[in-house]
Amino acid sequence: MMLVNSTPESLLTKSVPIVVAGAIFGTVYGQVNGLVILGFSAGAFVSLLLTLFYAGVLKQKFLSHVINIALFGTFGLLSSSLHSAIFYVILSIAFVWFIFWVTEAKYRANLLPYLSSSQVAWHYLFRLICGAIFLFLITPILVVLPLSFNAQDFFTFTPEMLRFEPEGYSLKHYRDFLGLRVDSNGEWLRAFQNSLIIAPLATLISVTFGTLAAIGLSQSHVPMRRAIMAILISPMIVPLIISATGMFFFYSDMGNFLEETVGINKNAVGYIKVVLAHAVLGIPFVIITVTATLVGFDRSLTRASANLGANSITTFFRVQMPLILPGVISGGLFAFITSFDEVVVVMFIGSAGQKTLPWQMFLGLREQISPTILAVATILVVLSIALLSTVELLRRRSERLRGMSPS
Amino acid sequence: MLDYSEKYSMEVADGTPLKKSLARSLRKEKLRALALIAPLLIFVLVTFVLPIGTMLTRSIDNSIVEEILPRTVLALEDWNEKGDELPNEMVFRSFVEDFQDAIADKNHTKIGSRLNYEVSGMSSLFRKSARKVKKWDLTDNAPIKQKLIEVNKAWGDVETWAVIKTHSVALTNGYFLNAVDMQRTPFGAQAQPENKQVLVKLFIRTLKMSLIITGMCILLGYPVAWLLANLSNRTSNLLLILVLLPFWTSLLVRTSAWKVMLQNQGVINDLLVWIGLITEGSRLEIINNQFGTIVAMTHILLPFMILPMYSVMKTIPPSYLRAAKSLGATNWTAFWRVYFPQSVPGIGAGSILVFILAIGYYITPEIVGGTDGIFISNRIAYHISSSLNWGLASALGAILLGVVLLLYWVYDKIVGIDNVKLG
Amino acid sequence: MNLSKFLVTTTALTLSAGIASSQDMTIVSWGGAYSKSQLKAYHEPYSEKTGVNIINDDSSAEAVAKLRAMNEANNVTWDVVDVVAADAMRLCDEGLALEIDHDTQLAPAPDGTSASEDFGELIVSDCFIPQIVYSTTFGYRTDLVGDTAPTSVCAVFDLENYPGKRSLEKRPINNMEWALLCDGVAKDEVYNVLETSEGQDRALAKLDTIKDSVVWWSAGADTPQLLADGEVIMGSTYNGRLFSVIEEQKQPVAMLWDAQVFDLDGWIIPAGLSAERQKRALDYIYFATDTQRLADQAKYISYGPARASSAPLVGKHADLGIDMAPHMPTDPNNAKNTFLYNYEFWADYRDDIDAKFQAWLAQ
Repeated sequence: MMLVNSTPESLLTKSVPIVVAGAIFGTVYGQVNGLVILGFSAGAFVSLLLTLFYAGVLKQKFLSHVINIALFGTFGLLSSSLHSAIFYVILSIAFVWFIFWVTEAKYRANLLPYLSSSQVAWHYLFRLICGAIFLFLITPILVVLPLSFNAQDFFTFTPEMLRFEPEGYSLKHYRDFLGLRVDSNGEWLRAFQNSLIIAPLATLISVTFGTLAAIGLSQSHVPMRRAIMAILISPMIVPLIISATGMFFFYSDMGNFLEETVGINKNAVGYIKVVLAHAVLGIPFVIITVTATLVGFDRSLTRASANLGANSITTFFRVQMPLILPGVISGGLFAFITSFDEVVVVMFIGSAGQKTLPWQMFLGLREQISPTILAVATILVVLSIALLSTVELLRRRSERLRGMSPS
Repeated sequence: MLDYSEKYSMEVADGTPLKKSLARSLRKEKLRALALIAPLLIFVLVTFVLPIGTMLTRSIDNSIVEEILPRTVLALEDWNEKGDELPNEMVFRSFVEDFQDAIADKNHTKIGSRLNYEVSGMSSLFRKSARKVKKWDLTDNAPIKQKLIEVNKAWGDVETWAVIKTHSVALTNGYFLNAVDMQRTPFGAQAQPENKQVLVKLFIRTLKMSLIITGMCILLGYPVAWLLANLSNRTSNLLLILVLLPFWTSLLVRTSAWKVMLQNQGVINDLLVWIGLITEGSRLEIINNQFGTIVAMTHILLPFMILPMYSVMKTIPPSYLRAAKSLGATNWTAFWRVYFPQSVPGIGAGSILVFILAIGYYITPEIVGGTDGIFISNRIAYHISSSLNWGLASALGAILLGVVLLLYWVYDKIVGIDNVKLG
Repeated sequence: MNLSKFLVTTTALTLSAGIASSQDMTIVSWGGAYSKSQLKAYHEPYSEKTGVNIINDDSSAEAVAKLRAMNEANNVTWDVVDVVAADAMRLCDEGLALEIDHDTQLAPAPDGTSASEDFGELIVSDCFIPQIVYSTTFGYRTDLVGDTAPTSVCAVFDLENYPGKRSLEKRPINNMEWALLCDGVAKDEVYNVLETSEGQDRALAKLDTIKDSVVWWSAGADTPQLLADGEVIMGSTYNGRLFSVIEEQKQPVAMLWDAQVFDLDGWIIPAGLSAERQKRALDYIYFATDTQRLADQAKYISYGPARASSAPLVGKHADLGIDMAPHMPTDPNNAKNTFLYNYEFWADYRDDIDAKFQAWLAQ
């Protein structure tokens, strides 16, 4: 620290970023109220003043926070309303934190001490860029969440919603999904149920066969390896609409055979067809992920296990499987999502009894705009957060098993 | 002179020569590998490759004309379709015989629809004429030619017969020609009239847009993947959820969300107006055009780029970069000469995934693409589900598949398909 | 003992499965509010009367392609399919739909008028059993179009008086006709002009004048959403969708009935059903297309019944309690200036003009 601060900067120089931020905020605020120049100068002046006071005079974080929250909160209350005050309290916390972060050079705390200031600037600029990209990734989902509570039947932020009035919001789309509304007939839940039957079964098939094949492919002497790989990956590269039509013929023949010759009931045959079709679509993902995991697999472990007298099945389940499990799981997740989000093929191959969630969503979009699909999306987001957390826990467990220290 | 290896041949415990034993174990290993692959390979071959292959043969199959109008096709063989003389009485008689048979089998409208893909008006010509021709009595050998022309004067056009003859071959290149904005004519392959040329343009646009989307994904994905790979596992897995969440949200929902965001009265425009960066009158046009398509598809495909990049970057030891720097390289040189080359397989894997997926998309472009954001897959879907011109759809699909396979091959040559990692 | 028991059980199971499936009937429709109206007006009373279990399959949008594939695979699983008339015609041409003798296989009107006379010119194909008349027409935002509300379809092409976006369907059908109409072509000349290459260019040139102000839609639900958002000031869609926006959702939108294009939606029975299934399908059709049933459907959705004899029986909306007759596209007040979709013409020229239209869009 001493090295870096060999030429101590004055508090005034340090406060430049804070003043700039204040000026920007002031300008935005002024713009909204039609007083740009006043907003700009007031923002700059106030933030300079507060910086000098908190960091130069007070030098005490907690007290500064208390004073500032009181200050900003009152301003918010006076200028408009209660929720505006809440916004200003949050702003205040961020503002005071920023003042001390800058003036106390906290931003260098986690960095290597020998970095030049341009490197430090790059470090934070880079993080800012990454933050913007993450924002890009996540914003559409954040937009969907409030819209799913819309009291209207459109994908529109109504004025009532923007004013945070309770009548702008309702749970009716969730009720529709759950089949609790008078005019809903439980279609959504049925579709959800179908998806929950089809996707795991399809995943199970693609993961089982895919993992076996990937292990086979990773052996050193496989004839025509590339051609086989190309065939196994092909379901990913054929345009879906062509796959759908092509597969239709095969599956209706197979369906006929199963119904008439084998005598399986029609509904079950319908599920079998969709499950198999989705399994094929998921296979490329399993193959790719599991092969990738096996590239780093230490072959001597299986030999050691064989040496110790285990047969190949025991070796597979007790030695190999736990180690490649992360790859298998991640491939399985890709396969699951492929089936869970697939709409083109299921519309061709499935019939009414196998209507899945994406199919129902597609109808929802085409036949009647209904935010029910947003309610579903919200529920799914919550579910997938739970799922991802589980995966993360599994991953940590597998790391422990492999003897790596959890980092 | 004795062979060295024979003289000193090594033997394994049971007395078989080592070479033989090794070969046997190699064969065994090969068989075991194949036995592991076989179930899946057969499954994919039977339920996917074969049906798709059969589907694609429709792009050259044209047996319908010969099947429904066998006598006509035979009789037309001697007629010169390039001249301006009508076929003779014999052709007309054969045609009416075929036509009556077709009406009895209810096949006549099928052939009308088939020929209507080539020349507009054939569909109703066959449908309308059938009502009269059905009742004709052919046993009296009265001249037919004039009678048929009286039913509809189109039968007196040389063009009508030329179309039948041109498309009477059992295997045709006609669909592929149509797929590249050309047509099969009596005078060989010719370009379609200019105001009907759209498919080549769509192919080029699809490729161009997919490239741009891939490029955008690389640009946005690289920094994120780098950050994820260089943070501690706990933090990076937390951030990884941000990458995966959109991935888990239905494609339809995400596309709708982008519509809500980008439209004229949408979230972004509203926000910009509220901040005051733009005025109410100058709202940005950022949807229903290529920009909207690129934004939405980049968002949808970005995880497919980030995940493979991330898994490759994870394997690059950070010490390389430090070593380069300590040897005097600047930040940029160290990155560009040491780190970047090692991350290329990740970029390659992500790019091929994103590109292949982008090229086949049609739901997103349909919803946010407006007029100039449509892809070739939209046309394939149209011909499959609306116009029923499956021959053309298969030809378009075959070309698209060919392009993808070519890219796959190139990719395999340059990077190697084994390097595709998904996380 | 065990074996025979097993055999008996399986036979019983198979038999019961057989009976169950012979009591099932799969009816294909569009989904959404439309399927609901059919459920209330046709399926529920029919099931009650006959005990047949009706399964709804919302696949009408893919019906043409799927029926063809089913037919080729010899595995037709649908019994009755709801399609628009143009698709019915295509299916009939391809031999995928059953030809119907309308007079013997459909119910006569209550006063004894034969079915073919009752449906009149709406029987556009031998395979087609008309059900409803709907129209593609324009709705506009009452608060965004300025002081003078549009009264003519040509307001769509009038950027000067009605500046702002408008939404049109992403296909040539209807748009080409409207363009020619507003380019000064007389109504009964439209298809003669559109048959020629020059006429097609002329229509596209007219559309070109508003190309930059058009938002193109492909799903029927798009225009209602665009109108509700204020994204467009006017847009074309099916009249039932506009009814729902105006009366059910209470949005500031009004109908522009001028030059509405009548189109038909109805049933077909797939070709290649077993005699027994065909008989059942025909029995359902006989029931579901009689005068009273068609009038009943109008209680749930604002589409006009296809029979002339049903019109006087149209009552009030089941939930809203408003009179439905004035909301029918066929109501004399709304039908002052109408078009009937020209099926023959579009069957011939659809692919050709569609290629040109797409080329024009892509420019």
